[in-house]
Amino acid sequence: MTKKFNEKAWNEYELGYMVSDAGCAVEYRTGDWRSQRPQTNKDKCIKCGVCYLVCPEGAIVLAADGTYDFDLEHCKGCGICATECWTGCISMVEEDE
Amino acid sequence: MGKRVGIEVSLAISEAVKLANVDAIAAYPITPQTHIVEHLSELVAEGELDAAFIPVESEHSAMSVCAGTSAAGARTYTATSSQGLALMNEILFIIPALRLPVVMTIANRSLSGPISIWNDHSDIMSVRDTGWIAIFAENGQESFDLTLMSFKIAEDHRVLLPISVNLDGFTLSHVIEPHEFLDQEEVDKFLPDYEPLVQLNPDKPVSMGTVGIPEIYTEAKKCLDETLIASEAVVKEVFAEFGEMFGRHYKVVESYRAEGAETLLMTMGCVSETAMEAIDKMRDQDNRSVGLVRLRLWRPFPANVLRAEVAGAKTLAIIDRAISPGGTAGPVAGEVRSALYSVEGAPYIASFIAGLGGRDITIDDFISVVDQAEEMAESNEIHQYKIIGVRE
Repeated sequence: MTKKFNEKAWNEYELGYMVSDAGCAVEYRTGDWRSQRPQTNKDKCIKCGVCYLVCPEGAIVLAADGTYDFDLEHCKGCGICATECWTGCISMVEEDE
Repeated sequence: MGKRVGIEVSLAISEAVKLANVDAIAAYPITPQTHIVEHLSELVAEGELDAAFIPVESEHSAMSVCAGTSAAGARTYTATSSQGLALMNEILFIIPALRLPVVMTIANRSLSGPISIWNDHSDIMSVRDTGWIAIFAENGQESFDLTLMSFKIAEDHRVLLPISVNLDGFTLSHVIEPHEFLDQEEVDKFLPDYEPLVQLNPDKPVSMGTVGIPEIYTEAKKCLDETLIASEAVVKEVFAEFGEMFGRHYKVVESYRAEGAETLLMTMGCVSETAMEAIDKMRDQDNRSVGLVRLRLWRPFPANVLRAEVAGAKTLAIIDRAISPGGTAGPVAGEVRSALYSVEGAPYIASFIAGLGGRDITIDDFISVVDQAEEMAESNEIHQYKIIGVRE
């Protein structure tokens, strides 16, 4: 089984710790950084996609019904989506709630 | 074998770089290194060396360009001194981390202030922990030979690390000495073209110099450390191959009349030649049991070889040409004390600082160092370091 990037021994990385796989940042769970998590009231969502466009991490994904879900593995909890949402349907809640 | 030429040591180094057929040179002039790159720029301008000579606006840029050309797969060379090396500092850490085999000559010079253009080892000591291999030359021929060997060591696929070849500014860089040059064919046989393991290539893209988050940084540092430690074997291999081909033999720790000596002097750089004369005088005229150990390889530190070289001596007097203000010893002496600390029967170690900012170290100074060290050893004097010749 291939080891994850943070499981390898010191001599198992590429020469000079360079990176030859494009998009390997997906392996890194930035969701751990979060102190607040976005939550949607889908009744108010007009499916405009502004949240999807402004998310700096690409952590907002299109759901089957045209609304949007959050990739909580990678969402850092910055809150930009909640600030930019036109209808105010996204709110940030504390992680421990 | 090539011809014997009387030439300034700086120019002999340039000729070695030309024989190594480098692809790229990026440098900024700084005393006392200037003659080396000045001559190289002439060789390139006159079409004698087919290389890109990239003039830059500072040493920070010079080393940055070296990172780029080396990453692109070019055999890369630069040279600097003192303030120039200090200005390169942040890039110096990046070159070995990216495993780029850049070769750099350092014409060792003190650092300001007060402003000083003269020689000591404070420049190289200030970049000790950057991860470069560091080798010291004692005369012109060694500077020429070690420059050629450095490319072979650095570019070995087991190494792929940068190297600095250190020679004392002015007292070595600016003197005219006889050098035995090598023919191009001989050099080509010894030093084949550089074959990068990985290089920047649009057809096979890689990201070099990516972020090392806390989950990776320790492993990256461990990897560099292990590679640097393992390079000692390659250094010895290349020294041996050079000796076999050209008859000039090098060791990571050199010695002079050290066998069975009760007191050993230890030096680095061209003062070793004066120290040899002091040893001759003490042995031949005064019948004293003294010898000399000269450290050629500073990084990786050849601790095992050193332990063997000094075994049996009662006193080891180490002369540093740099001061670590507020420290416990001169930089070399501190290293040696640490390497010998738990060795049973290890010699008493006396640390001396001398030859700062171009002050000469004379034969009498060496004799006085031996006298003092033996006295200190007799009483097992606890000390940190003593500065030789300072006016009180």
